[in-house]
Amino acid sequence: MDLNDTPEQAAYRQQVRAWLEEHKAEAPVLEGPDALPEDEVVPARRAWQRKLAEAGLAGATWPKEYGGQGLGPIEQVIISQEIGRAGVPGILDVIGVGMLGPTIIAHGTEEQKSRYLGPMLHGDEVWCQLFSEPAAGSDLAGIQTRAKRDDGGFRLTGQKVWTTNAQFSAYGLILARTDADVPKHKGLTMFVLPMDAEGVTVRGLRQISGEAEFNEVFLDDVQLDDDMVVGGVGNGWGTALTTLMFERVTIGFGSEGMGYRPQRFADAIASDEAASRDGEVRQRLGHVATELLAVRFTSYRMLSALQQGQIPGPEAGLSKITTVNAAIAGCDLVADAIGPDALREDVDNPIGYHTSFLPGLKSAGGTEEILRNTIGERVLGLPPEPRLDKGIPFSELRAKEKEAAAR
Amino acid sequence: MNLELSDEQIFLRDAAKDALSRTNTVEAARATLDGGERPDLWPTAVEAGWTGLLVSEEHGGAGLGAFDAMLVMQEVGRRIAGIELLGHLPASALLDAAGHESVQEVAAGTRRAAFVGAQPPGDLDDGWTVDAVNGMVRAPAPAFDGSVVTGEAAWVVDAPGADLFVVVALQDGAPVAVVVEDAQVEEAVRYDPTRRLGHVRFDGAAGTALAVDAAQIERAWYLAQALLAAESVGAVETCLQMAVQYAKERFTFGRPIGSYQAVKHGLVEIMRRGENAKSLLYYAGWAYESGQDEFPLAASAARSAGGDALDYAARENIAVHGGIGATWEHDAPLFFRRAQLSRRLLGGAGAATDRVAGEVLRGGDPGGAQADQRAAAAATAVDA
Repeated sequence: MDLNDTPEQAAYRQQVRAWLEEHKAEAPVLEGPDALPEDEVVPARRAWQRKLAEAGLAGATWPKEYGGQGLGPIEQVIISQEIGRAGVPGILDVIGVGMLGPTIIAHGTEEQKSRYLGPMLHGDEVWCQLFSEPAAGSDLAGIQTRAKRDDGGFRLTGQKVWTTNAQFSAYGLILARTDADVPKHKGLTMFVLPMDAEGVTVRGLRQISGEAEFNEVFLDDVQLDDDMVVGGVGNGWGTALTTLMFERVTIGFGSEGMGYRPQRFADAIASDEAASRDGEVRQRLGHVATELLAVRFTSYRMLSALQQGQIPGPEAGLSKITTVNAAIAGCDLVADAIGPDALREDVDNPIGYHTSFLPGLKSAGGTEEILRNTIGERVLGLPPEPRLDKGIPFSELRAKEKEAAAR
Repeated sequence: MNLELSDEQIFLRDAAKDALSRTNTVEAARATLDGGERPDLWPTAVEAGWTGLLVSEEHGGAGLGAFDAMLVMQEVGRRIAGIELLGHLPASALLDAAGHESVQEVAAGTRRAAFVGAQPPGDLDDGWTVDAVNGMVRAPAPAFDGSVVTGEAAWVVDAPGADLFVVVALQDGAPVAVVVEDAQVEEAVRYDPTRRLGHVRFDGAAGTALAVDAAQIERAWYLAQALLAAESVGAVETCLQMAVQYAKERFTFGRPIGSYQAVKHGLVEIMRRGENAKSLLYYAGWAYESGQDEFPLAASAARSAGGDALDYAARENIAVHGGIGATWEHDAPLFFRRAQLSRRLLGGAGAATDRVAGEVLRGGDPGGAQADQRAAAAATAVDA
């Protein structure tokens, strides 16, 4: 077995590397003493995304007709690796280019494709994903945001949450309920939402770390025209599944993408001579490293399957489970070995930051429990649990749930 | 990048599945436990050409790679077949590397070799050591004075009945691989009768040193770790299959038990651990051929993950089956026995985990740049 590039891949890598070498001085600096002031980061990263797009290094897997390169997943990975190697930031709008753009390509009208895809790819218009709600995450089809028919369009009212990048997005892809009198998966519709529309309010949501990485988005009687519907009225669930499939591809590349490499934890332990010679510490570190290495090679297996034209199944979620738990165990180990000093929340101590970040990541992109259910049912073929909501109109569901709770 | 199996590899795997299916190896494991004879599967290995799998073509072997050997070992593990490849294959690789006169016969399987390996020095254990009969303290590797070997090694895999031994011994403190025919082997069946184990003693046994260096000797140790990992991965898959099947058929409170989250999540955990270990077999297979500096890390990680996965799978399989899964007549305990013993052999799974830690503490995981460089390419690998 040989993990080296084929001649074609090596040539492509060389080409990417040469471009980055030539242009990396133009990339925004995000860390260290020369870091940009916070208010300049987003504009600078948008400009950088434009340069990457013009060089063919953003949306490489998109079809050529929509501004992509029509390349395969391997080339996409080569780009990510070379960007990492050059030490420059990647594109700003990973969610748009990685998940929402491909959804529009799959389900959008020709007008939508020509209007939205170009500016998305070039970072001129950043996008956000408006799916989860305070009362609907794992059970996404249970969303309550209503889109009511109105003259020539719809009026949306409700609340979304965990919306990354909403504070500077131009558009969002939003899942809303257009018909409450049919079972919950059937009455959903996907829309394009201009984030500057009247009635849209974005509020930062601070997390354990104190940072606001996500937002809450409130919708108060927001007017949308018919041409904002993506994939047809009542087909929102199918459209959402496409987005979630692309999300799995992103998440499947797991620890590497998230930066959880064994070395991160090993270096922290190696800084302490006694810890690095302690048998128990070494056992724990060995387990963490083993799990993270396994994720790396699982992602290579997945990449091979993608390259052969296979669609990633829900088992890709196993990598997310492994990565998050191994990273939690790694942070825990470092703090146990080093003591309170390991919990410093400085920029130069990533362990402190990740200790705060990881508990939330456990639920991001599907909670561990829901991922295990899905894999158990779809991959292992195990029977589902009995459920209350099968075939019941959404409008009657709340009453049923209350009845069950009172029993 | 292409980690899909090549046509040749698929053929090798399917042929192994087929050849091993001719004996009911699981039933044989129970019969052996009941005092019956273990079936002799060596002729199967010979006929299939597995005995010379890692021997180069010029020496009469198939000239295949470690990953190919791991494919066969997965099938062996899947059926907990008692077949003496774990001892033979690392020995054959050293004999091949040195071009020893016995290599043709060893490749052909007319002579069966056993590897009396020694664990290379680690951060906490600085010598070349072998497994002791009992206790936490490891024993020093046997000694070689240039002509004879003296010393002993316990729990040597596939030692009983071996025609020759490739012994890792110390000569002036440096490791040498010595071919010995004259050893005293005390058969030591323990817990899992599908394994032939022996305490091996050399009383000034005549031996000839192989023309291999310390790096090659170390490589043979980690090859054994990787093969054991592969065997465990195969057994995990059988446990998962058994448990899933039962979880679909067994009803409680009017529902199949596999519909309960507690059961379902446990089954997915078997899969998660098994798939992780399987992914690390690819790492070990690649490193053996092309990234030798990383082979100790890769093989140790595979061993650690494989051992843990099988331990979990074997227990969970029993638990999902309920009381019946813990009875003598059931197959689940046979896999449990396999899991229990496997974790303690060849230095033990804990030592493998420690080695992983040692490697990453030294910065031995290229993780960043190098791994990234190769990532994209992993896939064409097999065919290329």
